[in-house]
Amino acid sequence: MRHTDKIREIAKKILEEKSVDLVIGFKKGTLPMMTEPVTIRDAEKTEQLYWDSFCNMNLANYLPKREEKIGIIAKGCDSRNIAVHIVENQIKREQLYIIGVPCEGMVDRRKIISLLGDKEAKEVVESDGEIIVKGEGFEHALKRIDYLQDNCMRCMHRNPVIHDALVGDLVEERKEPDPYADVKDIEEMGSEEKWEFFSDLIKDCTRCYACRNACPLCYCPTCFVDESDPQWVGKSIDPTDTITFHILRAYHCAGRCTDCGACEQACPVDIEVRSFTRKLNKDVLDLYGSEAGLSIEERPPLDTYRPDDYDAFIR
Amino acid sequence: MGIEPERLHFSWISSSEGGKFAEVATEVIEKVREVGPAKRLVKERAEVA
Repeated sequence: MRHTDKIREIAKKILEEKSVDLVIGFKKGTLPMMTEPVTIRDAEKTEQLYWDSFCNMNLANYLPKREEKIGIIAKGCDSRNIAVHIVENQIKREQLYIIGVPCEGMVDRRKIISLLGDKEAKEVVESDGEIIVKGEGFEHALKRIDYLQDNCMRCMHRNPVIHDALVGDLVEERKEPDPYADVKDIEEMGSEEKWEFFSDLIKDCTRCYACRNACPLCYCPTCFVDESDPQWVGKSIDPTDTITFHILRAYHCAGRCTDCGACEQACPVDIEVRSFTRKLNKDVLDLYGSEAGLSIEERPPLDTYRPDDYDAFIR
Repeated sequence: MGIEPERLHFSWISSSEGGKFAEVATEVIEKVREVGPAKRLVKERAEVA
């Protein structure tokens, strides 16, 4: 696949030079349209590394509190999460060798699976902007651009913001007229309608916490949902407990979320959990003119204070 | 989110502003009384026969 050779070449080089102790990347999964995260310490094993349009996980999740020197593969969003980790003192810039991948969006395997209905994809290959899906008695050639993840379709930062090497040429950034049109639709609802919308959104949630676990921002040693003394939120799937979890999860990501979509991709019951975090991303952009992880120099908007704050009560 | 705006209040009160604290607390209580008992974000205990 495109980029795979270059990723292997760079990983091999930095491991041989001993400029890193390990490389965190992707390897091909055992099922079509699936990849797995992999840690490689031996330059001879870099052949395992792999890249395609299904490398949707955010590998920044594996960085907090690591002590080694690490090579890591990063798309635009992942690189912003790495920047967030650096700003939040979870890892040092000097520890990292960031292998940046200019990203044209990840393909949402669920969109392809739902297209196939009860048929099963046995083999999926990519070429020239097309995804060829083969199975028993069928073969589809799909345009990859029609099957991108929702967050990728709205992405405004496809190129890595920090990197030590790039695996390909930078891609053109999208000029979306209004990346938050979907959030505005929800904002326009009345109070009752919003309540119904969000209650309906999470009705299938089993509180498995896959969204939390996939998220690089969630690195607290003990998450508030696991705390038992005090118990901040009930552990049942009572709708009030469930929505409390979702509201708090989103608030903990305020000003830090890069809309990488890892939470939504991890959800086993297809809840659009980004509906919570995207509103906060929009608010942070509107109120502070800030988007998470674009720089390792700036403090996050929610831990800074300026004497010229526009709001009189805090001055 | 759909939490009634009347139930959600924000204020910035310094530790020296006891009077303001009392004022804000009274105002919150009045506003919440107006909307009555909460129907959203309420957790019902299972009834045991």
